[in-house]
Amino acid sequence: MSFADFISLGPLITLSAAVVVAMLLVAAWRNHRMVYGFSLLAFMMALTAIIPAIKYIPHAIPPLLVIDEFSLFNTGLILVAGFIILLLSFNYFEEREERKEEYYLLLLLATIGALVLVVSRHFMSLFLGLEILSISLYGLIAYLRTRERSDEAGIKYLMLAALSSAFLLFGMALVYAFTGHMDFPGIGVALRQAGYLPVSVMAGFGLMLIGVGFKLGIVPFHMWAPDIYEGAPLPVAAFIATISKGAMLVLLIRFYQDIHGNDYPMLWWIVAIIAVASMFVGNWLALTQQNIKRILAYSSIAHMGYILVAFLSGVQTGLEAIAFYLVAYFITSIGAFGVVIVMSSSLQDAETIADYKGLFWRHPWVATVFTAMLLSLAGIPLTAGFIGKFYIVMAGVNGHQWFLLFMLVINSVIGLYYYIRLVAAMFSVPAPGEQTMVTPALPMAGNITLVLLTILLVALGVYPTAMMQLIQQMMRILV
Amino acid sequence: MILLVLLLILFVAALLSWIVAAKSNLLCRWIALGSLLINLVIVLVIWVNHTTTADRWWYNFRVDWIPHFGISLHLAMDGLSLLMVALTFFLGALSVLISWKEIDKRVGFFHFNLLFVLCGITGVFLTMDLFLFYFFWEMMLIPMYFLIGIWGHERREYAANKFFLFTQAGGLLMLLAILGLYFVHGANTHVYTFDYFDLLNTPMEPGTARWLMLGFLIAFLVKVPAVPFHTWLPDAHTEASTAGSVVLAGLLLKTGAYGILRFVLPLFPAAAVEIAPLAMLLGVIGILYGAMLAYAQTDFKRLIAYTSVSHMGFVLLGAFAFNEIAYQGVVMQMITHGISTGALFIIAGALYERIHTRNLKQMGGLWTRLPLMGSAVMIFVMGSLGLPGLGNFIAEFLVLLGSWQANQWLTVFATIGLVVATAYSLRIMQKVFFGPCDRQYTLPDLNMREMVIIVALVIVIFWLGFHPQPVLNTSQNINYVVR
Repeated sequence: MSFADFISLGPLITLSAAVVVAMLLVAAWRNHRMVYGFSLLAFMMALTAIIPAIKYIPHAIPPLLVIDEFSLFNTGLILVAGFIILLLSFNYFEEREERKEEYYLLLLLATIGALVLVVSRHFMSLFLGLEILSISLYGLIAYLRTRERSDEAGIKYLMLAALSSAFLLFGMALVYAFTGHMDFPGIGVALRQAGYLPVSVMAGFGLMLIGVGFKLGIVPFHMWAPDIYEGAPLPVAAFIATISKGAMLVLLIRFYQDIHGNDYPMLWWIVAIIAVASMFVGNWLALTQQNIKRILAYSSIAHMGYILVAFLSGVQTGLEAIAFYLVAYFITSIGAFGVVIVMSSSLQDAETIADYKGLFWRHPWVATVFTAMLLSLAGIPLTAGFIGKFYIVMAGVNGHQWFLLFMLVINSVIGLYYYIRLVAAMFSVPAPGEQTMVTPALPMAGNITLVLLTILLVALGVYPTAMMQLIQQMMRILV
Repeated sequence: MILLVLLLILFVAALLSWIVAAKSNLLCRWIALGSLLINLVIVLVIWVNHTTTADRWWYNFRVDWIPHFGISLHLAMDGLSLLMVALTFFLGALSVLISWKEIDKRVGFFHFNLLFVLCGITGVFLTMDLFLFYFFWEMMLIPMYFLIGIWGHERREYAANKFFLFTQAGGLLMLLAILGLYFVHGANTHVYTFDYFDLLNTPMEPGTARWLMLGFLIAFLVKVPAVPFHTWLPDAHTEASTAGSVVLAGLLLKTGAYGILRFVLPLFPAAAVEIAPLAMLLGVIGILYGAMLAYAQTDFKRLIAYTSVSHMGFVLLGAFAFNEIAYQGVVMQMITHGISTGALFIIAGALYERIHTRNLKQMGGLWTRLPLMGSAVMIFVMGSLGLPGLGNFIAEFLVLLGSWQANQWLTVFATIGLVVATAYSLRIMQKVFFGPCDRQYTLPDLNMREMVIIVALVIVIFWLGFHPQPVLNTSQNINYVVR
């Protein structure tokens, strides 16, 4: 391993070392605050480790990994998101579980898994990263053992993730059998030489799509999402919604680019059908939900569908749009879950719409933050979500995907309905005597985090140029 | 720069009035009123200084916003913008005044929303960048949603949701069309920009132009509203608070009409000519259908709402007649409809404060109790039916005169609308102020504050009726729609 390899993998190595140290720390002296502080420090160090790595990009570590601007950008995104989720976690676990320390180990491990996905360019590293991520998530989802739905969620995720991994492996094997390559560019070259897509490779891609689709939570592999969002601890749900899905998406983009997926109409159509189905199913099922976590789950299914529209546009703008949308989606999702976290009491999560009725008149700031997050999900101006959706539509128009765009427009309107239903609930006037069961915890750290997220959200919505330039520069490398 | 100041004053006042409301509701109201009056004065000064100049664009302010996409913060003002913006601030100030007593809960948030929606509307009237236009277009929805949904009447949430979904659906189609235009222009000229002046005269295939024009047109038809898309309007108008109804009827509907004049006709001249007969037909259907439904209503505010559908039909009829007379009539109609319908909503609100019903069947014989209010209604009802001497007459006359040159038969049918208008207008007077009265108690007539509002409106509607020349001179500056 050369020096350059070492520096390039800085963030990964830092986090891996941090897990070991944290484990030893916990073994020596159990202290929630200390492990929490250490994890925050680890994330910050990993973030700073990105800076020296920039000097060496693009840097390949054949055959498994590649560190370029695209992966570093997403590494940074994931680390920042993880950092924010950590910030929101402390109070949530402080009030709930006796053994809180292992949560941080698992969270660090899961983040490592996501980071490996982001830098991998080979089936082996893909599978390694995916499994590190999945196995950590089994533990994280069922972490609050005493709650009624947490076991159910954990086991459900375990079964489905294991099953989808099996499909993924089988798919990889099929692809390998016919192309003789496991690294993405190699597969791309082999397919190009063949000049067509053999049935077995097609089948392999299909099986792999099951594994990938499961992690992304797209239709028809979405069934787990609402149950797991509902049963998992809130910070973990935020982690699944953002980091786990984001890392997989990044991998999918890299794979698709490397094998020149746009050259094969069959592949395009499969993804297009999935995209449209995700949008409709996600939005449609969200309409009747009364539970905020389930609404967020279904809405994230729909949002993956929107992202796929940009993905399918087949133009440069599409990839930029995905990157921008991902940033906006990360901020918004973590913000929305953050609101639910600070609103939850130690006894019960604030998860029904009724808990938010008239919130604006009781806690105006929390309600404002939540409104901003929901409007961003709905794509209303002054928020990052608006620019993100605009970017996606722009990519679609640029790629002449009129059919997909009309589907997106219809779905945006359906989606609006349940977002504004939530907003309306917060601004409605509760009848006298009608009081919610949950007394919000509203911890200081959580509140400050939320305010910062909101400022970021509006800043990206009003002045997105800096972020766009960064993304554009980074994407030039990829194509 | 002055145009940006107009927007900033509203924006800052919106935040400020929300903040100070925690301390004093009165101060909050004064801030809101003051900011709107300052803006009104600024606009009037601009108007007085630009009555004679020949050049069309008086102010042009442009800075880059998202250069990556060719998006700039581009504001400009011509005669049409000026008239619309003046109307916005005038009705805005009146909206603050009528809410003085009506809104007593959550005063700060109310004024924040009111000023914010006015800020969005002003932006729509001033911006010359299509992205920015869409931005403001969407921005005015959220506060309007709250204005209906929080301070409205019984079925406010249903009405607010319906309003929101209808306009959003239209807006997103417009977004597609805007982006389509952006890329068509980019592909043909290799300049990717959202700037209005660059996008004018974009060369494109007739087929493409047709589709893109439809995207814009549907969004604006929903807002105007034209008949198949009008169903959100009666609900929203009826359920909103008085200020909400005034802003909706007086200003929000005008953004749709403005969009047709500013974007649909100049950007897609050929496609607009093609669709003109259909659009004029929709206008005539709106005139007749709206008037008939208005006649059948028993809810005072709902009745006025349907008269809006009818009156805005004239806008559509005139806009697609493609001649200067009709065009000037359209601009006049936009202003006079804002004034007269706004006034009727204000009186309906004042009446509701006194007798707590909007049901026409429970009214009657109020003239003896409320003579001042009765005379005010009489004036605006006469305006609504098109009595000469009031602004509405000038507007509708000009529209009909112009559309006669374009399509005789449709004009004939549109004229029938005036007859129906007479019927429903007189029915208002009959049901509310005449007839038997079974009320024994006395009601307070218009107070000082309401008098100020009504007198201001009466002066404007008479001024527009007797001396419309300044308005016609100003709107004359725009001549690109004339075939």
